[in-house]
Amino acid sequence: MFPFRIPIRDWISAAVDYLSTQFSVVFDSISNLVLFLVDNFKDGLLTLHPLVLIVVLGLITYRMAGWATAGVAVAGLFIVENIGLWVAFNETLALVLSAEVFVIAFGLPLGIFAAGSDRFNGIIRPLLDFMQTMPAFVYLIPAIMFFGLGLVPGVIATFVFAIPPLIRLTNLGIRQVPKELIEASDAFGATRAQKLFKVQMPVALPTVMAGVNQSIMLGLSMVVIAAMIGAGGLGAEVLRGIQRLEVGQGFEAGLAVVILAVILDRITAGFGQIKKPQ
Amino acid sequence: MSKIEIKNVSKIFGPKPERAFKMLEQGIPKNEVQAKTGLVVGVYDISIEIEKGEVFVIMGLSGSGKSTLQRLLNRLHEPTRGEIIIDGKDITKMDHNELIHFRRKAFSGMVFQNFAILPHRTVMGNVEFGLEIHGVDKEKRRKRAQEVIEIVGLQGYENSFPSELSGGMQQRVGLARGLAVDADILLMDEAFSALDPLIRREMQDELLELQSRMKKTIVFVTHDLDEAFKLGDRIAILKDGVMVQMGTAEEIITNPVDDYVTAFVEGLDRTGVFTAGTIMQPVKATAHVNDGLHTILHRIRRAGLSSMLLVDSQRILHGYLKAGEVAEEVKKESVDEKKKPHHSLIHSPETVHPDTHLTEVINLYSESTGPIAVVNDNNKLLGVIVRGAIIAALSKGYKPEDNGYTEQTGTEEKVS
Repeated sequence: MFPFRIPIRDWISAAVDYLSTQFSVVFDSISNLVLFLVDNFKDGLLTLHPLVLIVVLGLITYRMAGWATAGVAVAGLFIVENIGLWVAFNETLALVLSAEVFVIAFGLPLGIFAAGSDRFNGIIRPLLDFMQTMPAFVYLIPAIMFFGLGLVPGVIATFVFAIPPLIRLTNLGIRQVPKELIEASDAFGATRAQKLFKVQMPVALPTVMAGVNQSIMLGLSMVVIAAMIGAGGLGAEVLRGIQRLEVGQGFEAGLAVVILAVILDRITAGFGQIKKPQ
Repeated sequence: MSKIEIKNVSKIFGPKPERAFKMLEQGIPKNEVQAKTGLVVGVYDISIEIEKGEVFVIMGLSGSGKSTLQRLLNRLHEPTRGEIIIDGKDITKMDHNELIHFRRKAFSGMVFQNFAILPHRTVMGNVEFGLEIHGVDKEKRRKRAQEVIEIVGLQGYENSFPSELSGGMQQRVGLARGLAVDADILLMDEAFSALDPLIRREMQDELLELQSRMKKTIVFVTHDLDEAFKLGDRIAILKDGVMVQMGTAEEIITNPVDDYVTAFVEGLDRTGVFTAGTIMQPVKATAHVNDGLHTILHRIRRAGLSSMLLVDSQRILHGYLKAGEVAEEVKKESVDEKKKPHHSLIHSPETVHPDTHLTEVINLYSESTGPIAVVNDNNKLLGVIVRGAIIAALSKGYKPEDNGYTEQTGTEEKVS
């Protein structure tokens, strides 16, 4: 239609090039921090004897979701150990947890800020829409450009992909706190901080926890995809199954992902309910 | 000095409120201002002085600006114009920190229609909330909260969560949360409107009882006139953001300023407003303790009564005599004209205090056969209650000052 082509790809590439050369110090520090976190999670999990970890995860699941789910979780974990995916399983868990640490560290404050400022909310909302509808694979490319191959870009891409629901639901949860509760605390002379920590956050907690739950689930799906750029873990096993057309191996790795998903989902879904009376 | 002085306060919601003021000054009503400028008039040019220890009721239908006015008092809404002076300080001039400090010092928080208590906290945790905000240490606030929990009758429920309590009990928590704070002004926004009628009445009575001990300054917002008149020492009636009348319950009932107030007052349950003192009649004739039977009978006949109250020279009430019994006695003992009535002839009448509510008077009336005397604390006779006066008080156009006795007797005959 037009005699020229809008050079979006050139702009983006140029921007990424510029940033990765000019701000290498920043990216290196982020990279080191991510590595530090993932390594420690992974080492911590793998130091434990599988049986100990199975018991601990079983107990947490029991506390959060009851006997039946705990039984499924423990059985699932034994299967994972048995089919030789224990190390990959824990790598994936470490990746998800690391990404979630960043998601919470950034997502909560951003969500709180969005709830307090309509203007900021107006800016961030289309951005979040964009982040969520963009195909997940696309995040991998800039992540590689900035951080190279390996697990660091995997965690970063996961972070970007998983943060929107937490921001959204934190924002929503705080906005849904009844007006009278805010008025009541104002009437007592509450400061902004007192209002946030004694009223808004506790009342919004179930919604915020739903956000944490969703971001963990999204994170888990992304971690598997991130195996394509060398993030390792269960995703790598799935990928190997695909590349070699070994249906059985692919299925086993997929099953392990499902088991991890069930455990994480039930535990975090339970958090939102924990303070509610019977 | 009044506790709270509201001076020409207005609240306009929306940008550039000056446009609204120009129209309002020309007497253009609220809904037209809104239609033309898009600005919402909360309240316009209201001046009220609320005294310490008073229960002041702000009354009006929804949209009348009553809640807005209340929220201006602690600046949950910023007044657009005017001054609000509490304890001699103009709160409209305070900055954010001063305001927070002042709210802690002057206000016992707010009590809301839908309770607004924290769902994630126990009863104890909720009652402690205000003190916690004020930075009172844990042991002290726990002790204080326990005291207040007992005052509102929630002992035994300290560790229950709000979802486990009934509406009435949740509102007790809301009330206790305010009372726990040692500040003078308590704001109550439709506090009892969500409760069912029986519980509502119970809570109203309890509030009055608490108030008689605590003497807080209460600003109570309601749309219910019965409630307003029951609780309020004074009442301000708002309509479309403007105050149409302010005064005591009796002043408003007997002298409604316009049709709007009249229409309100018509639907009122008057039994809770009028007292024995308002409707009592002067005693037309009495018998003296030193009078002989003949004199008494003569007086009874002349007054055309069926019974007569017996007083001494201090007008202290000694009892009453029935016309029939006196006449029989006179027949029997026709020899001694000076003989005083035997004590078996003197009956003790029902007595009420002038502050007794009409409801109770009516109950007494239906139970007793004799007259109902109105006496003060020293048993001094002040007046009597006539059936006609009760019925007149319940009718719409009643005004206490024009209830002549003869007119009332007429009413009595017609009705009975």
